[in-house]
Amino acid sequence: MLQIIELTVNGQPTSVAVEEGEALLDTLRERLGLTSVKRGCEVGECGACTVLIDGKAVDSCIYLSVWAAGKSILTVEGLRKNDGTLTTIQQAFIDQCAVQCGFCTPGLILSALEIVMSGKSYTRDELKKRISGHLCRCTGYENILNAVEQAVRETQKQAHAK
Amino acid sequence: MFDIKRVYRAASVADALRALQEDPESVLIAGGTDVLIRVREGKMAGASLVSIHELPELTGVHKETDGTIVIGPCTPFAAITANEIIQTHIPALGAAVDQVGGPQTREAGTIGGNLCNGATSADSAPMILALDAELVLQSAAGTRIVPGTEFHTGPGRTVRRRDEILTEIRIRPENYQGFGGQYTKYGKRAAMEIATLGCAALVRLEADTKTIADLRLAYGVAAPTPIRCPEAEALAAGRVLDDALLDEIAQTAAAHAAPRSSWRASREFRLQLIEELARRTIRAAAEQAGGGC
Amino acid sequence: MTVGQSIPRVDAHAKVTGTAQYVGDLEPHDAYFAKIVRAPVANGLVRGFDLTAAQAVPNVVRILTCFDVPDIQFPTAGHPWSLDPGHQDISDRKLLNQRIRVWGDEIAVVIARDRVSAERAARLVVPDIEAYPAISTPQEAMQPDAIPLHEERPNNIVARTEFHVGDGSFAQAVDTPNTVMVSGHYHVPAVQHCHMELVHSVAYMEGDKIVVISSTQIPHIVRRVCGQALGIPWSKVRVIKPYIGGGFGNKQDVLVEPLTAWLTTQVGGHAVKVELTREEVLGCTRTRHAFDWDVQAVATADGTLLARTYRGFANQGGYASHGHAIAANASNVFKQCYRDRLSLDSESFTVYTNRPTAGAMRGYGIPQGCFVMEALTDDLAYALHMDPLEFRLKNCVEAGYVDPHNGITMHSYGLDQAIAKGRAAIDWDRKRAAYQDQTGPVRRGVGMAIFTYKSNVHPFSLETASCRMVLHEDGRVSVQMGATEIGQGADTVFTQMAAESIGLPVSHIDIQSTQDTDITPFDTGAYGSRQTYVCGTACKLTGQSLRAKILEYAASMHARGAEGLTIRDGIIYDEADQQLCTVAEVGMESSYSRTHSLHITAEETYHCEQNSFATGVCFAEIEVDIPLGQIHVLRLVNVHDSGKIINPKLAEAQCHGGMSMGLGYALSEELLFDDACRPLNANLLDYKIPTAMDTPDLEVHFVEIEDPTAPYGNKALGEPPTIPVAAAVRNALLHATGISVNSLPLTPQKLIEHFREAGLLGGNRHV
Repeated sequence: MLQIIELTVNGQPTSVAVEEGEALLDTLRERLGLTSVKRGCEVGECGACTVLIDGKAVDSCIYLSVWAAGKSILTVEGLRKNDGTLTTIQQAFIDQCAVQCGFCTPGLILSALEIVMSGKSYTRDELKKRISGHLCRCTGYENILNAVEQAVRETQKQAHAK
Repeated sequence: MFDIKRVYRAASVADALRALQEDPESVLIAGGTDVLIRVREGKMAGASLVSIHELPELTGVHKETDGTIVIGPCTPFAAITANEIIQTHIPALGAAVDQVGGPQTREAGTIGGNLCNGATSADSAPMILALDAELVLQSAAGTRIVPGTEFHTGPGRTVRRRDEILTEIRIRPENYQGFGGQYTKYGKRAAMEIATLGCAALVRLEADTKTIADLRLAYGVAAPTPIRCPEAEALAAGRVLDDALLDEIAQTAAAHAAPRSSWRASREFRLQLIEELARRTIRAAAEQAGGGC
Repeated sequence: MTVGQSIPRVDAHAKVTGTAQYVGDLEPHDAYFAKIVRAPVANGLVRGFDLTAAQAVPNVVRILTCFDVPDIQFPTAGHPWSLDPGHQDISDRKLLNQRIRVWGDEIAVVIARDRVSAERAARLVVPDIEAYPAISTPQEAMQPDAIPLHEERPNNIVARTEFHVGDGSFAQAVDTPNTVMVSGHYHVPAVQHCHMELVHSVAYMEGDKIVVISSTQIPHIVRRVCGQALGIPWSKVRVIKPYIGGGFGNKQDVLVEPLTAWLTTQVGGHAVKVELTREEVLGCTRTRHAFDWDVQAVATADGTLLARTYRGFANQGGYASHGHAIAANASNVFKQCYRDRLSLDSESFTVYTNRPTAGAMRGYGIPQGCFVMEALTDDLAYALHMDPLEFRLKNCVEAGYVDPHNGITMHSYGLDQAIAKGRAAIDWDRKRAAYQDQTGPVRRGVGMAIFTYKSNVHPFSLETASCRMVLHEDGRVSVQMGATEIGQGADTVFTQMAAESIGLPVSHIDIQSTQDTDITPFDTGAYGSRQTYVCGTACKLTGQSLRAKILEYAASMHARGAEGLTIRDGIIYDEADQQLCTVAEVGMESSYSRTHSLHITAEETYHCEQNSFATGVCFAEIEVDIPLGQIHVLRLVNVHDSGKIINPKLAEAQCHGGMSMGLGYALSEELLFDDACRPLNANLLDYKIPTAMDTPDLEVHFVEIEDPTAPYGNKALGEPPTIPVAAAVRNALLHATGISVNSLPLTPQKLIEHFREAGLLGGNRHV
């Protein structure tokens, strides 16, 4: 049976009717058209469907939409700015050649955003652990880690400048 | 889209207990990282779920006046690791649950779900057993307290009845104060893994920082359920921690374990791990306890 | 020069903003969901179905079974079609199969309005099956009493080939005094591609044309096979290939597209989607072939390789897919890497079994062949007490090598330089000495492996590629390639090549990433590490043609001849290097001239009859924790001789991914089955591809020696990085422990068994 839930999606208060057994992944893709959220395994093993729920990276494939009521959801679509500029993380992914087929990219960008927003510094091994919930078959993670390091560095520099 | 008949979002424990009673087919769901996967596999297709997801009264960690630490079963792994009380008093538990799956799973999955799922590979279980934690089960009929060591009854089975809710995980001060602890997860990968073997050790040392006052040793996947190793533990009390003692403990632990052969790993291989992880884990726990060995 | 520059990927912006569209982002919103009903046995025959319960499920639109499909057998390999019937791929399956040959074989399909209903009904389909014993290995399948899986091949052998190189014989080598011989049985398991996007296609009808949107590497081949499978003219099918989330060879096979195309015809042209689950992708699409080998090698005491024998069995699984091409390729690497002074005898079998169908996967047989070859090489060097690097230098192929059977030539040669570069990078000589004769529970080692890899599929198959370019009014150019972007960066390097060949800045090139077989020029697709070499030439030829047309028009605008004119950075210069006009001015004038409008386009086909070998080497440094059976890879260094590198940063990134895949092959990846050939670990939790925490920092070097046969001096690079990694890690283990492990993956349990046998762990207390 459909239920209407109210939540915030990419900064916008949103009401959406969802089935009780619906995964957040399906709600975002099918009902809200947020197709950056990718279906890769549906059991929380690959990380392609990662979104930020109240700032925390979660696999949307094993998260019931009814639980999202009252929450704030961020997908990569929500990073778009009116002036067309990219976020520090997105730019770092381009600069470091961290993108190949692109299917794991949106989820990784959101995990990277959570890392950057923490304001902390990380060793490379700590970063490996922080992104270990994302499987990528194209990059060997090397340039993804380089991109996250660049984003952390630049974000801290920007914070320092302020 | 999951093949789910109904999701009842309980407003409280009492509400959830009532819902479980009303619908005899219904089952509990907390973080969803196990239940939803079973629904998708078809094993629980058409399920009727009672959701205790993020119920405030079941979430969080607090310390009672007598020092007992109470963990809400719906607390996600990541929140346990980040919790100040856990970091101060039982960091080894925080480190253990920091090895579950990957970061996203640790954000969604809960410690109560990990235990109630009944798997011998649950990363929280060996440490919970070593800590002699008490598990509070509540039903419409009342409340009972089960020692962690008696909670698991078989593969995927626990003493919890369908209409009972695990409401508290209680750890008394005498079971954590003065202990150093370590959990070693052994898997084929460093992340996104279920344990091939898990080993938890708690060590309390005498003032000389060499003699063992108290050893707790527990395993996951060393038997069809998580187990403690009383025979091995008994060897340690009052003895100086050295290689010979560790060998003796390791061999005793292996002798009393009952690992199975499966396509994931052979019994022989698991026995090798049981021994070797005992040595390394106890040594690391002793170091955490201030030992100089 | 834009070729050789690390320009950012042309598709990176779309991919970091989530606007890049994949099949699932394009399918019609009302598409029906088709759920395949899969056989619960691996070998058997469907006698019938009881569909009563399934048909009663609400929202079910139609249920179709193996008794409803056209009686047409078709091939699935992503090979160019051959006009010679003797070289055509094996046609051994139907859209749905009554004869079950793999666990999970497609026997029926439920079409429903939604996924939950389709899955519910699929669970309620009751097949009546006559089950036969499952056949797991080529050895079982070749037994005289084994049940034939395909009546066309009663002995289950898909193909057998042999070759001989050298003027002597193996017996002669054995009889030579003062020699060392090693021999062994080696094995590699079936592994899976694990592209992050699932296998996904959707089909609908526009009039009598079937439109298929699919995640494929080979849109033109998909169109042909859909036509063949449905028995309709090929151009009645239109295949659209958007961005795809990786393929690695699995999508160089025609997987679900013919079925999807047929299903839409069974529901009046309504859109139907087939999106496999991860479990289906892992267990029921394609794998890299498992192999068994018996090999021998003889060398003189001074380390001169005299002779080898090779006998390989490729486990094909239930359907032929790419057939014997992969086993043949695996055996070829033996002759293409080393010089046997007397003889190399090779015999290869490809054999049907009831395991999942094996097909193309990054490296196309060479990761397997390289493993056995390089394990054997190190075992031989170990027996000779010789540095395995020195052994390789003494025996590896030399500049100008020509394959005696197919004529493929090493037109450029950098293997020696690659070895030298890697040797320095890993600090080989010092570490070989430092890690000699270790004791204790934790030991270190360094190992290496070399390979060669051809740059396309000539002369085995047709090599052809085409490109189209259109000049716009503002002087910018659209490029359409038949070749496909699958994540490897093809669109970016083609953009660079187009800019280079026309004389425009890369910002003036718009590459159309989507292939649409009704619009895009023909190409056979992304495979064989062919695209920069073959399709790159098509791009270059087309750019040159467009450039000539632009210059001709510019000349006519200035009432002069075109000779002596040139284009740099979008500006046309005359012979005195004076600016004549801009390409934008030519675009505007040619488009809107009232006296001489001419829409400037160019299109060229490159019919390729050239090939060249890329080579390279991997060095691995590992630490072995003996009591835990664990290998920690400390450093992994790949050095590639792939000619001129078109985009160094992209190339390096592509190598990282290949090395990661090689690392999984080395340490953790294998598909496991029970005796009934049912997959045990067909999910991403139990099938272990490396996570970030399992991956060391990856180091890549190139030796850039221009190849004269390539458009820009380049050679194959897409597949090579995966090839040598597993053997290098295995050989590092040999160095660290003195133990030869002759099978992959190097799992802890397997290592513990070896260590125990070798006495490194003390007694065998528990067995």
